[in-house]
Amino acid sequence: MISASEKSLMKGADIVVDSLVREGTEIIFGYPGGASMEIHQAITRVEEKGARLRLVLVRHEQGGGFAAQGYARATGKPGVVLTTSGPGATNLVTPVADAMMDSVPIICITGQVPTAMIGRDAFQETDVTGVTRPITKHAFLVKSLDDLPVVIHDAFKLAVSGRPGPVVVDIPKDVQQSVDAPPGEITRSLFRKSLSPPDPPEEALKKVAEAIAAAHKPVLYVGGGAVASGAAEEIRALVEKCRIPVAQTLLGLGVVPGSHPLFYGMLGMHGSVASNYAVHHADLLLAFGVRFDDRVTGKLDEFCKHGTIVHIDIDASELNKNKRADIGIVADLKESLKRLLPMLQEKNHDRWIEELDGVRRDKPFHIPDMGEKITPQAVLSLLNQRLTSETIVTTGVGQHQMFAAQFLTFEEPRRWLTSGGLGTMGFGLPAAMGAQLARPEATVINIDGDGSFQMNIQELATCYSDRIPVKSLILNNQHLGMVAQWEDRFYGANRAHTYIGDPEADGPYPDFVAIAQGYRIPGRRVTKLEEVADALDEMLAAKTAFVLDVITPYQEHVLPMIPSGKTFRDLIYR
Amino acid sequence: MVRRHTISVLVENQHGVLARIAGLFAARGFNIDSLTVGRTKDDTLSRMTIVVLADDETLEQIVKQLDRLVTTVRVEDYVGQDIVERELILLKVQPEPEKRNEVFQIVEIFRGKVVDLNPRNLVIEITGSEGKLAAIIEALKPYNVQELARSGKIAMARGKTLRDPL
Repeated sequence: MISASEKSLMKGADIVVDSLVREGTEIIFGYPGGASMEIHQAITRVEEKGARLRLVLVRHEQGGGFAAQGYARATGKPGVVLTTSGPGATNLVTPVADAMMDSVPIICITGQVPTAMIGRDAFQETDVTGVTRPITKHAFLVKSLDDLPVVIHDAFKLAVSGRPGPVVVDIPKDVQQSVDAPPGEITRSLFRKSLSPPDPPEEALKKVAEAIAAAHKPVLYVGGGAVASGAAEEIRALVEKCRIPVAQTLLGLGVVPGSHPLFYGMLGMHGSVASNYAVHHADLLLAFGVRFDDRVTGKLDEFCKHGTIVHIDIDASELNKNKRADIGIVADLKESLKRLLPMLQEKNHDRWIEELDGVRRDKPFHIPDMGEKITPQAVLSLLNQRLTSETIVTTGVGQHQMFAAQFLTFEEPRRWLTSGGLGTMGFGLPAAMGAQLARPEATVINIDGDGSFQMNIQELATCYSDRIPVKSLILNNQHLGMVAQWEDRFYGANRAHTYIGDPEADGPYPDFVAIAQGYRIPGRRVTKLEEVADALDEMLAAKTAFVLDVITPYQEHVLPMIPSGKTFRDLIYR
Repeated sequence: MVRRHTISVLVENQHGVLARIAGLFAARGFNIDSLTVGRTKDDTLSRMTIVVLADDETLEQIVKQLDRLVTTVRVEDYVGQDIVERELILLKVQPEPEKRNEVFQIVEIFRGKVVDLNPRNLVIEITGSEGKLAAIIEALKPYNVQELARSGKIAMARGKTLRDPL
């Protein structure tokens, strides 16, 4: 017999799901196990009640973490992933570290062994909050059901506030199984710290306006923070009003449209000559939502040596971390620019722009001619003609990623999703799934390498089972191309475990088309340049997921290149 | 220039908060000279007093990184401020029997206390600033110091209040 009062009680697992739905969760990427199955059971109960909540069963927890990231990167809303304790949770470590580096809001719900067994080396027990503490904004261990709704509410607020990032919520099984009254409105928080960013100080903004008015060679250095802040509109307005040339980081691509005449390309190690030239010669660098990463700056002392540096970022610890700012502002970028714009007079920098146009004309990204062989640059140029402003592109990590950053143009932010800071191979396919589910109408293309693709290839099963029509374009050179490139440049071309083809036979290995077919996904392999356009059209026309295996020569190097720790003067163009 | 700085951090008294701060110092390669932690008058808040060895740039990063944690309520770097700072030490010494009186005199000069006395040795308690403690340790060296335990420094600004900003 169930008494009336017991009837109105809720299980912890149901409170978890109820809280997620309240926070606006539509999709959870998950993989069940002993310590999380209560929550999976609870999800089926809300599905029965017709809630708009979908559990996408991934095939590896790392895939789940990156799918949550893809969702978050495409929308700005937190992505949610659910795993069990121990190995389920440790498999999330890489996507969590990746989300921390690139400031991506994800919520990781992990099951934990019952509280009474914590610390006794129980089956599938790992100290998950301990493991993830240095790579999260915060990691919660929920020891009492009382705190559960508050923790989940705090987790969502934390993930998106200030500089976004990952939050882990570790929930022991007994907390999931115990019962309590349904939570009411959440009015408390576990933290007293204010999560709203400080206002940009008026005085500092005035100084920025004066610096812009005085500059002859200003450059905008725009990064992922501009995407997170939603500041594209204001940055574009600034570019138009003051005619300031723009260099964007790997994570900033799309803030200023790729086709804009004042956009000179990505900057940094594999950036355009024009953008790196611009920063090197600038007398004013407007560093907006960036962190002076070593892949951008090379040798720090030489980076923008002669320019005044204005740094605006929401994270105080980024200011003066790598490079001292002459004018530093800790505030939301969008808010800062909204206040800055009216302080500015219209301006032009014709001579500076002419100078940069000249560099761009003389030293563009180069497409080599290799006869009927397919170079990565050629495929990507053909693909670029087929992108719309809505197309979303994800990548793995390596040469293909850098080529894609060079040769594809993005007209809007959140169309180019790539693992920048951590540089995680295997990011592309699961991230594409998350983006596709967030934007069902968009075409989503994962541009991958043969190495990266094999790091989360199992997610093809998720694409098939959940009908997620992402396209994978593999630039297949049978090598770990970026490492091989460094071997060529700095290690006398000695191959040290960078060949991943068949050691016995020639011919591409593995057979990605056959693997795709094994997952009931169509595919095609192309080896000649003349086939590429048709193959791209076939891939883009497919209503399902599709794997296009493009065989490319491994000898291609990503250029230009500023070797690690060097300066613009050391740039290798050809 | 690398100097010794005292930082006071008010933190939420929650699971893992000490680990988070200790981990932050380890992960970013900051040097901790001493760290003390204890509850404040508000049970939900703890105060950590951290003494670090750092140049100005590193100190700026330490303060900002500490402040970045959600569990941090307030960080105060006491550089250039008028503060009261104290550390407590316990010293176990075993002087020659005929030199015990000399030890008592030194303890009195430094306003310490002998808190244990037995036929074999004695335990001395003394509080004070870094300089004073260094001086007594030096003064007691000839008397066969067997053990030394330090509490780590705690500090408070004179006059103004370090508290919850809300």
